[in-house]
Amino acid sequence: MADITNQSLNEIIENVKTKKVSSTELTKAYVKNIESAKKLNAFVTTTFDQALNNAKQFDNKPNFDQLLPGIPLAVKDLFCTENIKTTAGSNILNNFIPSYESTITKNLWDHGSFLLGKLNCDEFAMGSSNETSYYGNVINPVGDQLVPGGSSGGSSSALAADLTPATIGTDTGGSIRQPASFTGTVGLKPTYGLCSRWGIVAFASSLDQAGPMTKTIKDCAIMLEAMSGFDEKDSTSINKKKEQYSKNLKDNIKGLKIGIPKEYRVDNMPKEVDELWEKGKKILKDLGAQLIDISLPHTKYALPTYYIVAPAEASSNLARYDGVRYGYRSKQGKDLIEMYEKTRSEGFGDEVKRRILIGTYVLSSGYYDAYYLKAQKVRQLIKKDFDDSFKKIDAILTPSTPSSAFKIGEKTNDPVSMYLNDIFTVPVNLAGLPALSMPAGVDKQGHPLGLQLIGKTLDEQKILNIGYAFEKNCGFKNEIKKWWS
Amino acid sequence: MSLDKEKIKYVAKLARISVDEAKVESLTKDLNSIFKFIEQLNELNTDKVEPLTSILNQSLRSRKDEISDGKIREKILKNSPKENEEFFVVPKVVE
Repeated sequence: MADITNQSLNEIIENVKTKKVSSTELTKAYVKNIESAKKLNAFVTTTFDQALNNAKQFDNKPNFDQLLPGIPLAVKDLFCTENIKTTAGSNILNNFIPSYESTITKNLWDHGSFLLGKLNCDEFAMGSSNETSYYGNVINPVGDQLVPGGSSGGSSSALAADLTPATIGTDTGGSIRQPASFTGTVGLKPTYGLCSRWGIVAFASSLDQAGPMTKTIKDCAIMLEAMSGFDEKDSTSINKKKEQYSKNLKDNIKGLKIGIPKEYRVDNMPKEVDELWEKGKKILKDLGAQLIDISLPHTKYALPTYYIVAPAEASSNLARYDGVRYGYRSKQGKDLIEMYEKTRSEGFGDEVKRRILIGTYVLSSGYYDAYYLKAQKVRQLIKKDFDDSFKKIDAILTPSTPSSAFKIGEKTNDPVSMYLNDIFTVPVNLAGLPALSMPAGVDKQGHPLGLQLIGKTLDEQKILNIGYAFEKNCGFKNEIKKWWS
Repeated sequence: MSLDKEKIKYVAKLARISVDEAKVESLTKDLNSIFKFIEQLNELNTDKVEPLTSILNQSLRSRKDEISDGKIREKILKNSPKENEEFFVVPKVVE
């Protein structure tokens, strides 16, 4: 049959179920693709032998009633995988082999899939371009000079390059949606608490949330259904009935009220971003949705708030990397304190150290009220903006990012300009809401751009439905030339 | 406010990260530009705003304090950077 790896996850599942392709054939096809795509640097670790073994086991005793029957999947290297090295993109975890499996990956395997490899990411998920990884930057399949976005850049690159049929990432300030936007793929950050954080290397615990990255909205619904669910091992996991997102996917959005926030613009925003937003509004309007102008007045304060809250939580979470129980330990250091200091200095990269220092400072005695408490108060105002708006609307439509993928090295010397890339994605994390980035078009250089749909708490089904209707009418096709193989 | 080199060395000490003298200069510049950006928040009056401490409309669940796994010492020690049969080993602390 024709190249199966450029099909959607949903199509691949159908092909497996109707026995047009075996799990082994499928896995071999991905192994071949991955081996010829080393230039992209999307993988930190591959698990081909184990994957082929799992595929064989499936083919010998297939269960086609599962959500992900015999499907190989590569995942971001932030999810702990039992007996498989998990690095979080950091030197400090270069030799870490977890003795347990994260809940999210376990859920995926329980639905019939298995691991193909671990995907590169920004170190501890801190970055917007995948350039902070200890394992080198990932390249965007869209162009050999372009970043794939971050922090889930290995995930977006691998997905767009047909190296995995779907994948998962984590999103603390946009780390699923921005790379999805940069690669012409779909990415969903679920409601905080919908997907378990247990076994995910922690960055900022009140913001971190795992979610699917896929080629289509239907695929996104399938993956979300497989990975989500209550987990008693995560104290912030929401205890509710499991949803059947893929079965309940509908493309009728007549009468839905879509909010258009006037604050989602930046100076010097390329006009294509605006034009695309207009196109998105028109498509939804033509499908019978009602557009409503709204205001989220504290939007401009979301990033400054984020750069207090996230580093503060990170400085606390990353205190565990001390060279004692696991991970890298410096060979220098005459006493215990010096061993800590050298280990952390050698083990962490510059961006991670920068954020730990910011976090330590804003939590330190005498500064806590001025920074951390202030940020928590502004976070309340940002959440209230959304709460007030959602009284009169069903969802919000915005651009996903203020530009398409930028060039490698373009923003590495200016942290603030790098941070500004997440200006449209960060508010959602602060408010704990679900949001979807869907491909919508290209800019004048032909690079993909995404639109973002923000939903109410636990309203994933509705934004998936709107995305589904949009996708059918948008006419976007991700045309990526395989220049790397 | 601005951060000077001494302050940065002090914070690095608190964070248990040794900072290369050669890098202090550029680190000071980067952190100051970040703090300048962060301090936009001072434009807002938040005197009457309650801080947001949890985005979930539920309090954290509690559970019984019971061992649910246990007897996994070997597994836990497996990733230890310095090998020893039963303990984590660190440089000598007490003379």
